[in-house]
Amino acid sequence: MASRAIVDANEHQEPIYLDYRGRYDGILGWILSTDHKRIGLMYLAALVVFFLAAMTLGFFMRLEQWTVGQTIVDAKTYNTLFTVHGVIMVFLVVVPGIPATLGNFFLPLQLGAKDVSFPRLNLTSWYLYMIGALIIFLALFTSGGLPDTGWTFYAPYNIRTTTNIPLAVFGVFILGFSSILTGLNFVTTMHQLRAPGMSWFRMPLFCWGLYATGWIQVLATPVLGITMLLVLVEKTMSIGVFDPSLGGDPILYQHLFWIYSHPAVYIMILPAMGIISEIMPTFARRTIFGYKAIAYSSLAIALAGSLVWGHHMFTSGQSYTANVLFSLLTFLVGIPTAIKVLNWVATLYRGAIRIEPPLLYALSFIFLFSIGGFTGLMQGVLNVDVHLHDTYFVVAHFHYVMFGGTVMGLFAGLHYWFPKMFGKMYEKSWANISWALQLIGFNMLYFTMLVMGYNGMPRRYYDHLIEFNAGHQLATVGSWVLIAGILIMFANLLHGLLKGEEADDNPWGGTTLEWSIKGLPPLENFDEIPEVTQGPYDHNPEPEVVK
Amino acid sequence: MHQPTHTHADDHAGGYGIYLKVWLGLIVFTGITVAAAGVDLNSAGLTIALALLIASVKTALVVYFFMHIKYEHLLFKLMLAVCAITFVIFIGLTFFDIAYR
Repeated sequence: MASRAIVDANEHQEPIYLDYRGRYDGILGWILSTDHKRIGLMYLAALVVFFLAAMTLGFFMRLEQWTVGQTIVDAKTYNTLFTVHGVIMVFLVVVPGIPATLGNFFLPLQLGAKDVSFPRLNLTSWYLYMIGALIIFLALFTSGGLPDTGWTFYAPYNIRTTTNIPLAVFGVFILGFSSILTGLNFVTTMHQLRAPGMSWFRMPLFCWGLYATGWIQVLATPVLGITMLLVLVEKTMSIGVFDPSLGGDPILYQHLFWIYSHPAVYIMILPAMGIISEIMPTFARRTIFGYKAIAYSSLAIALAGSLVWGHHMFTSGQSYTANVLFSLLTFLVGIPTAIKVLNWVATLYRGAIRIEPPLLYALSFIFLFSIGGFTGLMQGVLNVDVHLHDTYFVVAHFHYVMFGGTVMGLFAGLHYWFPKMFGKMYEKSWANISWALQLIGFNMLYFTMLVMGYNGMPRRYYDHLIEFNAGHQLATVGSWVLIAGILIMFANLLHGLLKGEEADDNPWGGTTLEWSIKGLPPLENFDEIPEVTQGPYDHNPEPEVVK
Repeated sequence: MHQPTHTHADDHAGGYGIYLKVWLGLIVFTGITVAAAGVDLNSAGLTIALALLIASVKTALVVYFFMHIKYEHLLFKLMLAVCAITFVIFIGLTFFDIAYR
């Protein structure tokens, strides 16, 4: 991309980040490290554990639906299963997901910086994340029992349930601070630490995705914090805020919750879109189509996506006038999103396409996310939403967005950057098999749920009518295929990490700055800060190399 | 890239007198808030709007002078403006629903 800072793997001025021995050794060398790469990997390790835990809960949820009536758990246990599954997946996995892991690792590398602007604050964010997770974990096993409100903690049930909502809500409150500080750190880093010559429009599109995300994290997350604080105050001091019996307004809770939680969908998806924008030009061997349109559309999605929260409340008692306004705004979000999708596909046109695991994941992202987006627009239509609200259609829609979008984007990024993170390569054949299983299992599970939801299967019921039994069984088998694909993928990555072949410095022919580093990145990334002279995706046959 | 745009001395460019004036202004606005609360405007909406307007002016004074935004780089002012505008939109759209219920 740029005038490359050429370094020899054996001649880095500093040790590579995995070998660095500072003041502390062993585990302390990690948990007290302010190196953005180590912090990214610590997030990743925690995230994988949380993901597998929540996936296991999802497995049992699906298993319960195998037969009509009780299969393995009773109704109350089922309530706690979907609540804990949702809380972990949303607040501990997909919201921090890509920014905290791959964002932390690659943002400074792509910018040509030594680290983020505030390395200590970065480590603090990780501690807040772990403390928040610990508090939520404690909430599961302390007085009152497992939370059963659903991940949305809706009022007034959140006030009246005897389960340990205050502690769970406090955990989410702490997690919010972690998210705000990460967003603040990233926005500042992109303003302050871009390498010489890296103008805003020479910045890789992954960074643009993180930039738009950072602003949402800073602007919207405090609203969640305040809302959770108000729930705590109402619950512990009986001050009427959301509970009608105390003079509160439960719809106000939904406003405040969705002011954060809808933009949170974009916190999840924008960095994933950034990853797709990195992968497409690399594997099509040509520059990305419509760079500026993609960059601006990230900001447009962040802006428009912050103003559509009312579409979660069409049937809740919100005013009809507000419904019309929020419906209109919802359709507007579709425009910048469509721009991105069209530009990714156009990037492939007349490209020298090389089918590799990262591209397969990226293509499945486009396919699944497009279904997620279109089904979202369907629910943005006021009369259609009355039919679809609180059915499996909604559940399937947001899994197409959050899983098909964010998690597939994360998997795409992991397969893309794995060689640069660990210097090893995974088995590509197994990566392809696991990808295929995930794609098949995913659609067996969630497309079936779309159809069942359209036919009236309500969400959050532990039981179902006999008419839905075949659909439930198909979806449940799909969940097994999906889980098999995910487990094979993690096993393959772990095998690659421990016993994989040495990876080339730039196995995919990437053109952004991280690929210009020989071998694994050293402690401060670049022996010499590179000077950038051209855009990020220049795939000329003879890339300019300047010592 | 950005170097500090001001020195400690610049922080007090207007001298301590300006802080005294702002403080007195805040006291006056607090008095107006209390007085306005006792006036019957025949509309809960108007009463709330007036209270929010006075609170916004007081907030602006604190941010501008006491928190030194007046002396900061334009970028920081813009970023703060983005936050403030977003906050107004959040509150505005929420109240919009309540007004039409």
